[in-house]
Amino acid sequence: MAHASESVLDDRAPAAAPARGGSDAKRRNQRPPGEGRLIALLFLGPAALMLAVLVCYPIVNTVWLSLHGANGSQFVGIDNYITMFTTSETRRAITNNVIWVVVAPTIVTVLGLLFAVLTERVRRASAIKLILFMPMAISFLAASVTFRLVYDENPERGALNAVIVGVHDIFAPPSPYFGANPRENAGLTPVDGGYTTNATAGTPVNVPIVGLPADRVPADAAIATPAESGSGLRGVVWLDFTRGGGGKSGAIDPTERGLPGMEVEAVRDGAVVATTTTDATGHFAFPDLTGAYTLRLAASNFAAPFNGLTWLGPGLITPAVIGAYIWIWAGFAMVLISAGLAAMPREALEAARVDGATEWQVFRRVTIPLVRPVLVVVLVTLTINVLKIFDLVYVLAPESSQDDATVVALEMYRVAFSGRQDTGLGSALAVLLFLLVLPAMLFNIRRLRRDQS
Amino acid sequence: MIRKALLTAVAATVAIATTGCGSDQGTGPGSATGVDLTGQTVEVAAVWSGTEQANFEAVLAEFAKRTHATTRYTSGGNDLPVLVNSRLAGGSPPDVALLSQPGVVAELAKKGALKPLTGDAAAAAKANFSDAWQQLGTVDGKLYGVYFKVANKSVIWYRTQDFDDAGVKPPKTWEELGTVSKTIADSGKTPMVAAGGDGWVLTDWFENVYLRVAGPDNYDKLSKHQIPWTDPTVVQTLKLLGDYWRGPKNIQGGPTGAVQVTFTQSIADVFGEAPKSSMLYEGDFVAAEINKLGKAKVGDNAKFFDFPSVNGSKPAVVTAGDQAVALKDTPAAMALMAFLASPDAAKIMAGKGGFVSANKNLDTSSYVDETTKQIVTSVVNAQLLRFDMSDLTPQSFGGGTSAHMWVLLQDFLSKNITPEAMAQQLEDAAKKDFGGN
Repeated sequence: MAHASESVLDDRAPAAAPARGGSDAKRRNQRPPGEGRLIALLFLGPAALMLAVLVCYPIVNTVWLSLHGANGSQFVGIDNYITMFTTSETRRAITNNVIWVVVAPTIVTVLGLLFAVLTERVRRASAIKLILFMPMAISFLAASVTFRLVYDENPERGALNAVIVGVHDIFAPPSPYFGANPRENAGLTPVDGGYTTNATAGTPVNVPIVGLPADRVPADAAIATPAESGSGLRGVVWLDFTRGGGGKSGAIDPTERGLPGMEVEAVRDGAVVATTTTDATGHFAFPDLTGAYTLRLAASNFAAPFNGLTWLGPGLITPAVIGAYIWIWAGFAMVLISAGLAAMPREALEAARVDGATEWQVFRRVTIPLVRPVLVVVLVTLTINVLKIFDLVYVLAPESSQDDATVVALEMYRVAFSGRQDTGLGSALAVLLFLLVLPAMLFNIRRLRRDQS
Repeated sequence: MIRKALLTAVAATVAIATTGCGSDQGTGPGSATGVDLTGQTVEVAAVWSGTEQANFEAVLAEFAKRTHATTRYTSGGNDLPVLVNSRLAGGSPPDVALLSQPGVVAELAKKGALKPLTGDAAAAAKANFSDAWQQLGTVDGKLYGVYFKVANKSVIWYRTQDFDDAGVKPPKTWEELGTVSKTIADSGKTPMVAAGGDGWVLTDWFENVYLRVAGPDNYDKLSKHQIPWTDPTVVQTLKLLGDYWRGPKNIQGGPTGAVQVTFTQSIADVFGEAPKSSMLYEGDFVAAEINKLGKAKVGDNAKFFDFPSVNGSKPAVVTAGDQAVALKDTPAAMALMAFLASPDAAKIMAGKGGFVSANKNLDTSSYVDETTKQIVTSVVNAQLLRFDMSDLTPQSFGGGTSAHMWVLLQDFLSKNITPEAMAQQLEDAAKKDFGGN
């Protein structure tokens, strides 16, 4: 919210100034020149003083500090600026800011335009607009905390991952024995998520499994018994862990249960010859097979459940934060563009429709050109806003991802205040930020001037 | 030097506490706080939030009751030094701050931002704290700080149920920690949660292993950067840590998942509603958070064991503490300092749990639970006692969010960096942050 009101003020202040100047000029003609100047000075004085103290001095001081070392005393010339573009962290911040400026304002403006055009055509438009605008009423801080929960990696906490995992599990349910594995010394080698061992018909195979929580042992699992020898290839798969300890590793102890439903494959020369599943006591058998085979516990038994995406990890953090930003600002863009649409001459649209234009053509050739000035205002305002983005990234990105999520404003804080205490480099980053915002500001001022005249 | 000092401090604490000669509360100098401060406001800034904040506000309420002053608590979180520094720059510092980093206290004292203790406050500090703790609060011969709260950062918390299920006992050595973890993993539980989301948790891991691997002398040297971070002892420590953290199934979420887990989250993951892991490494203050969650009972199904020894190292404790310092020389600030130095204030906090005091006149019966008494004892029995290293280093190296040591250890946890390469990165950062050395 702070950002919103600030940028609105930024836009209006220069607009108001020339207007006042104009009326002053008219009045000045009717008074003696000296008196007018005095009155002008009197009225301008406080504002000019405030401007000097609160704006000009900090700018000059920041530039001054940026030419000095970490503690502000030693003159280092442009060293800080060189450091800024050569160290990986600050370069990362600059790259991220570029991504932000390119992506965020564009998506927000496009979405705002879509919402504005669509809400025009439905009933109860104002109710829908109100809902879409509501995120603007939430502070960045609160929104960040909320989105931290939305993006939480754990599907039990993170709303987004809960949805993704839920949908995924409908199509591919998790395997029953994920996380479990055969004992290391039991002679099974892990291959592509499954486990293999050599087996010969006539000699039973023991497969001790560990790492399965007690609450995931299937309800129909019965106490395991040693595999009887008999014809064909056979063996037993059981949970080789006695609750409370005391069990003998690799041996079937009295309370240990068989693992039913385990998919077992007999493989010869790389081809699956036969497949079976274990019964309630964990026994499996291929009665018809003779000779030597490779026995394989299929990977599907152990496939780890899909846990969603690490939204707040190094890879996705910037898109994730941009997502939260879009959620906040899309409503703002919509409201401004709606106002632009409302002011648009309806005759133009109707004329186009009468001439046989399709809705898409009307939108593309009439609506967009007519609201273009508003779109530009929104885009430029958002660009300024995005350049100085700070709080959303600071709060939403966990400490461990801040190196990857950092933007210029955040890096300025991290370098100058938090931890590193390097006011020189921090000021250099601030100057960079200032220079980046400047073109957008100048553009806004010039455009507003043009509108005035 | 600090070790000796601390040892004496602890010895003194024990001697007085156990022989019961600690006079009853209320008789120590400065405890009564007979000053009338009607209409005055004192502001205190500390790192605490949540339960710890509520407990401390109870102390402030008592102070307000006795003096009729208005108290205000400001939580600075992990970035408290930033808050204090910027408030100082703005000319309106809080009256009293409780700082965790001796390095920051020394910096502030040298800048002249801190006020030496005077009158009742100085008397209370001298009467209630042993020479060693006073020494830790002294900069350039002047007493500035009172260690209001100290921590034993060498304990590992565990769920007794999971240990019983797996049939294991608390490990005594680093190798046993490995085998216990393996057995717990075999039983189907995740053995350990390493809260890599907060860099300071990882620095504490490092310090505990380092103190055991390298011994106290190297520990002191490394904390002053008198030996480089590329020293073999550092590499060996990183190797032990890396092998454990990256061991299959050892830590919750694996290395990449671990850096997403914050400290508070990690406690809920072990002692909360849906436990995911069996063990949790962090200091005694975990107890307060466990109590807050209310799902496990400290001393009953949530217990701790001392950080395991490495290669036969002696019992060692990494300690830390919050030091109260005055930033204003007003009667109100000094009265509050005197109160914080009194056993009365410590008793209020001790009664709430999750608090260990360095106040030698605090009766051990003030601690509500057996666990805290045990923690106090294990601090006392430690043959090696060292202050948290990251708090001794310059702020940019170990003193806050995005400080180099915090960030680099997070990288070491989550990315597959070799111990040698990590030691080199730490050394590069240390060269910058320690300046001249």
